[in-house]
Amino acid sequence: MNGSTIVFYLLALQTLGGGLLSVTTRQIFRAAIYLLFSLIGIAGLYFWLEYQFIAAVQIVVYVGGIVVLIIFSIFLTQQTGELLPRQTLGRKVFSALAVFCGFALTIVQIWQHSFPLATGDATLVTVAGIGKSMLGTNDGGYALPFEVVSMLLLAALVGCIVIALRSKPETT
Amino acid sequence: MQPGLYHILFISTALFFMGVYGFFTRRNLVTMLMSLELVLNSVNLNFIAFNKYVWPGKMDGLFFALFIIAIAAAEAAVAIAIIINLYRNHKSIDVNDAEDLKY
Repeated sequence: MNGSTIVFYLLALQTLGGGLLSVTTRQIFRAAIYLLFSLIGIAGLYFWLEYQFIAAVQIVVYVGGIVVLIIFSIFLTQQTGELLPRQTLGRKVFSALAVFCGFALTIVQIWQHSFPLATGDATLVTVAGIGKSMLGTNDGGYALPFEVVSMLLLAALVGCIVIALRSKPETT
Repeated sequence: MQPGLYHILFISTALFFMGVYGFFTRRNLVTMLMSLELVLNSVNLNFIAFNKYVWPGKMDGLFFALFIIAIAAAEAAVAIAIIINLYRNHKSIDVNDAEDLKY
């Protein structure tokens, strides 16, 4: 049990505990904050795996972007201090049962499968290597998906503006 | 025991099914969106773990994770625009109240 292992289990605890509290708490603002902890835990796991760039992207996009957007939409749509409605027991029990069965099935499949583990150094994964590969057009380059994603982001931007424009009040 | 691929797969599987549980039980659109973010993050964690432990010399999993993050950001923005527009028209973001297309 060395330091790296302890850090891994702490990050796992933070991620799973944050996720579990986020889907079970009845206060919507606390759900957003638990989601924030869970996402930070995942970024920590990326750091633990020594993928620094993707961990930074995770923090910038999820923690700095999406969670702030969700908190703003909570402020815009919820009354303060109002609890989420309690769900019926039947729905909770059946959801938990279905989720547990799926989880058990997946875990059993994973443990029975032996992945071809490789031992090697991830020397390619530097920011310079990622940048060269992202804009590369030869084998192993991702220039086309990069452009497609940029078009998608533009379309999402225009779509958001069109959707969120104030529509005329109904006259009927 | 040194944590390896199987530990990370356990975490991502648990996170995925937590998101699915939230998606089943919640009836508020914002909390359903949060559950969806948990699911997308577990998939990202899977891609990164396989890239690290199975193909450490390549970057394909990393790029898949990057593109998933970009698409998830676009999806969250559009979803929140729709939610806010729905709230303006209905004064509620409960999925049971959003049944305009039904009749």
